[in-house]
Amino acid sequence: MAIEVRIPTILRTHTGGNKTVDGSGDTLSALIDDLDSKHSGLKNRLVTEEGKLHRFVNVYVNDEDVRFTGALDTQVKDGDSVTILPAVAGGC
Amino acid sequence: MLRIDRATYDAIVAHAREDHPDEACGVVAGPEGTDRPERVVPMLNAARSPTFYEFDTADLLKLYRDLDDRDEWAVVVYHSHTATEAYPSRTDIGYASGPAADPRTHYVLVSTRHHGGQTGLAGDDVEFRSYRIVDGEVSEEEVEIVETHLFGHSPTTVVYD
Repeated sequence: MAIEVRIPTILRTHTGGNKTVDGSGDTLSALIDDLDSKHSGLKNRLVTEEGKLHRFVNVYVNDEDVRFTGALDTQVKDGDSVTILPAVAGGC
Repeated sequence: MLRIDRATYDAIVAHAREDHPDEACGVVAGPEGTDRPERVVPMLNAARSPTFYEFDTADLLKLYRDLDDRDEWAVVVYHSHTATEAYPSRTDIGYASGPAADPRTHYVLVSTRHHGGQTGLAGDDVEFRSYRIVDGEVSEEEVEIVETHLFGHSPTTVVYD
């Protein structure tokens, strides 16, 4: 078993065009490190220099937005489904 | 250039008028990898604000799962400005330049500042403009409206959640 991660269209340049990739780790942070070791450059797109999740990116573990569950410290386990999406917002 | 059929154009304008004075927002989905905006999906503005819009986080997940299941992507992301011109704001540019935002997206801006609701009078048009936004750079593009009957079938479905 692994954690299935859904990749948004523009970041598929890092995954050889794949819509989903598998990863492992106990936390979202560890999962992103694992993904980055196989798909170089992915971490830079998701995590800021300050080590925080980029504010224009939404990450979900199953149906939960990780903003409400501890952000990068969110616990993950085999069989979970993680989805990465662009946040869509703006204003005048 | 954004090529869009009349029914899709009208649906976006109608949504913007309906939600005036709050900003309206949504996407037009099309087959993934293509430049064909075919299916209007109006979204709820979770901010319910005249100066800000955002897709609710749970709605966003539902939308993208649905697009994925249909092998579609968001060809157009649209929203309205209700008191200012139809030009991307700094906030719009910030989000559109985010690391997971696809630069192939067409950003449509509609302004209802002169005509909120439908007046039925001549010249009652809202501003409708389209942009590409890449790494903080905005470039306006031409909008070509294709009269729907030219398609020979009806490609547009409006789905209200």
